Amino acid sequence: MKILTTVKRVEDYESKIKVRPDQTWIVTEGVNYRANPFDEIAVEEALRLRDANMPSEVVVVSVGPAAAATEIRSGLAMGADRGILVKHDAFVDSDGVARLLQKVIEQEKPDLVLMGKQAVDVDDNVAGQLVAEYLGWGQATFASKKESLESPEEKAKKPGLKLSADKKSVQAAREVDGGLEVLEVQLPAIVTVDLRLNVPRYASLPNIMKAKKKPIQELTPQGLSVDVTPKVKVLKVEPPPARTAGIKVPDVATLVQKLHAEAKVI
Amino acid sequence: MAAILVVGEQAHGHLKKATLSALTAAQQMAKQSGGQVQGVLVGSGIGTSAQELASYGITVHAVDAAPFEHAVAETHAAAIAAAAKAAGASDVVMAATAYGKDVAPRVAVKLQAGVASDVLAIAGEGGKVLFKRAMWAGNAISTVEVTTQVRVVTVRATEFAAAQKGASAGEIQKLDVQAPQAKTKFLEFNEVKSARPELTEARVVVSGGRGTKGDFKPIEQLADALGAAVGASRAVVDAGWQPNDLQVGQTGKVVAPQLYIAAGISGAIQHLAGMKGSKTIVAINKDAEAPIFQVADYGLVGDLFKALPELADAVKKLQ
Repeated sequence: MKILTTVKRVEDYESKIKVRPDQTWIVTEGVNYRANPFDEIAVEEALRLRDANMPSEVVVVSVGPAAAATEIRSGLAMGADRGILVKHDAFVDSDGVARLLQKVIEQEKPDLVLMGKQAVDVDDNVAGQLVAEYLGWGQATFASKKESLESPEEKAKKPGLKLSADKKSVQAAREVDGGLEVLEVQLPAIVTVDLRLNVPRYASLPNIMKAKKKPIQELTPQGLSVDVTPKVKVLKVEPPPARTAGIKVPDVATLVQKLHAEAKVI
Repeated sequence: MAAILVVGEQAHGHLKKATLSALTAAQQMAKQSGGQVQGVLVGSGIGTSAQELASYGITVHAVDAAPFEHAVAETHAAAIAAAAKAAGASDVVMAATAYGKDVAPRVAVKLQAGVASDVLAIAGEGGKVLFKRAMWAGNAISTVEVTTQVRVVTVRATEFAAAQKGASAGEIQKLDVQAPQAKTKFLEFNEVKSARPELTEARVVVSGGRGTKGDFKPIEQLADALGAAVGASRAVVDAGWQPNDLQVGQTGKVVAPQLYIAAGISGAIQHLAGMKGSKTIVAINKDAEAPIFQVADYGLVGDLFKALPELADAVKKLQ
């Protein structure tokens, strides 16, 4: 089977995020970049499904600047087979990303598309669902697994998504409010992944070396005939309301008194 | 007059609380744009919930039929989009719950709308509705404009107060929608039975970090005294001391309760991003230099194994 996964180049969540003085975006100089952590979980799941269902192929797609090739390489170093970069320097909103992915998916015709549930930069949590509707496919968002991340299943690197015997559908346990919902989706399908689906592997040195030789195809929005003018315009970016350090209290009794009488929260 | 359509969410015959927050957001948008708030509820056997929603003084479009029993995104999005067209909606508003996040984008595609997701506040000027939303896990707040003719919005329920009941109930209009042939089948729902409230909805959250050394008893006991949810830092989850779904932080759950108590948590950026929207923050840590104290309203330098049981006792005495 063919599995397509997406990897977005995002600011490292350990980096300090600062808003630009002109309030148009955040300061990007001196910030470290990495693959979106939810996307790494998607790549890991794709690799597990591939290895359990050979012959199969895993294709990693990114929409972003030329530098996003680095994040595609990190997916290839984890073990994916080849990459596609839809190169665009300016901001693309989730709807633009979804329509670009729709075109790539129509060309590639994968059986399954795995995406992180959200990118930790704009935190939209909509692209996967948009792609599914544009394609008219079924979706399972926020895929998790019933077993814990300390379970023997996870230690044995078993996929959390269960492919049917005839490979015509996939079962996913979704993390929803108040529990886990299990859906069965006909293939081809879109699955967006949550944190508890798996623990992504680290790339080994030999695989990092091998990844350098794997192909990355470059596409453009123009080439795909997609107008990426955003439907959602970011007008202004501001720092969050500053939290000023409060007071230190000497003991529990004072704390309780403050919480009760001053903050009125207990 | 264009309609602002609130999408209700129900379970077991009851409207979910988050719907009332979405209703408040819709009312604020109506004030800006001059639109009229209406509601839609989709499901099977949802009469009581539809009446409950109508009791807030709005017309409710009820799509009540067997194929809509389970909240499958394909079918529910079709029903909501049909209701939006029937109502002549300029905006569709949902709470950013698992349901709202799952369904709203598909509704947007059907209506050729842009989506503003997980909105924290309604802003705007001169009749133009703008939205404030968190990016980079709350490290930046953006003001966005949805430029399409129809807008789809999901709102973070904890940021909007619950709507008040209307003076008189609105009417319920039954809407027949042909359910599309879904490619998705509901198999089962495994409810997590916990006596504690859900992390993202709780009024109070007590979280433990590396300082617990894996012993969460004092955290849990204080949480139970306060009727609070239990959270954990990434270090705790990575160490395997607590399950992943308790993780508060940028890559875990983002919470904004009335009271957040961080015990034995140093306060890595990753963690702060997930909880600094809380109204009141208490930090309890042995290390007086821990970064968590820089965001805490009340800091107590001390041993959590001593402080938390004392705090739990004091809370019980107050009640």
